[in-house]
Amino acid sequence: MTRTVVRVNGLTKRYGSFTAVDAVDFTLEENRIYGLLGRNGAGKTTVMQMLTGQIFPSDGELEVFGRTPAEHADVLRRLCFIGESQRYPDAFNASHVMKAAPWFFENWDAEFAERLVQDFRLPLKRYIKKLSRGQLSAVGVIVGLASRAPLTFFDEPYLGLDAVARQIFYDRLLEDYAEHPRTIVLSTHLIDEVANLLEHLLVIDQGRILLDRDADEVRGSATTVAGGRAAVESFVADRAVIGREGIGGLASVTIDGRLDQADRIRAAELGLELAPVSLQQLIVHMTGADLRADSTEQEVAA
Amino acid sequence: MDESRPIFIQIAEQVENDIIDGVLKEDEQIPSTNEFAAFYRINPATALRGVNRLVDDGIVAKRRGIGMFVTPGARDRLVERRRADFATEYIRPLIIEAEKLGIGIDELAGLLRGERIQS
Repeated sequence: MTRTVVRVNGLTKRYGSFTAVDAVDFTLEENRIYGLLGRNGAGKTTVMQMLTGQIFPSDGELEVFGRTPAEHADVLRRLCFIGESQRYPDAFNASHVMKAAPWFFENWDAEFAERLVQDFRLPLKRYIKKLSRGQLSAVGVIVGLASRAPLTFFDEPYLGLDAVARQIFYDRLLEDYAEHPRTIVLSTHLIDEVANLLEHLLVIDQGRILLDRDADEVRGSATTVAGGRAAVESFVADRAVIGREGIGGLASVTIDGRLDQADRIRAAELGLELAPVSLQQLIVHMTGADLRADSTEQEVAA
Repeated sequence: MDESRPIFIQIAEQVENDIIDGVLKEDEQIPSTNEFAAFYRINPATALRGVNRLVDDGIVAKRRGIGMFVTPGARDRLVERRRADFATEYIRPLIIEAEKLGIGIDELAGLLRGERIQS
């Protein structure tokens, strides 16, 4: 049986006339890995800051482990939030951080932390402010993993981490999660890299939840159909179109909804090419509809 | 992993292929959910869904406290199922492409025979 760890209803955060988070509803179930995805300024960090009691909602209901997080020590004790730029006292080096961490996290595993320090080749004796950008991110990632907090947030945790270090992060996260299941929320722009780690997706755009679905349901739920314009248009006629591009007599249309064998045969008979849409491309389509040129560029890059 | 289909289905198919190829024998234990998750770098819940699909299809069965094992007769059942799908999965697309290129049935049959002799 799964327990609900987080429940929000009509959660809203306004800054003056700007609404950063606009009446969102969702729940987080125990022991799942969530992806909180969206563009810059979509409201991801604001949502996580409210869930971790760092800022107060303007409106709506918010329950974390059954209570409001702010000022409830028994809730905050079970949370770990790793932000993009973690701050530490000036006089600290990484080994001070590792020594202080168990004061805040009751599940802290010092051996695991030590292993991670070696994996990431983190110099323990260097002052935090002398660390490189990637090394600073490694400190946060190590704290986030070794804290084993029942509800852990990673908000763009790996600025400056190279590809090898990111792979180490993903591998250790999966290994440790398998041994010690907990609820993890991963917010990142590197969607393709983490797509397979996620069990459930929350896509947020302009302060609203655009998508709240299991990752497996989403995967393969969209397809790009390319070919002669007339053939493409007849194939997509009664389907939900989420993106459209074209040049001359050629068209490329992205549709929502799974294709069955009969659809595939029909597409082949019409001489159409079917291409899968990756999670990243799908989210670009969903959140960047007004930026056609921009989204095309990103697809080519992906 | 292929982006176009749910990963759990691909996990199940991978095990099925191993059974058909004889890499996994009947009564042999298949990897654990966590082993699949670590190897394919996927969420363990996804791997579990793949294994559960195999259980539902009677391809593997749980032995309490030990793990999942290939059921007796699993290979024969899989081969039978794949044969039933062979025409729609492989022959139909082949014919569509052949027609596009103006390759008639007799020529196609000749090509198939030629390939067979080469390999």
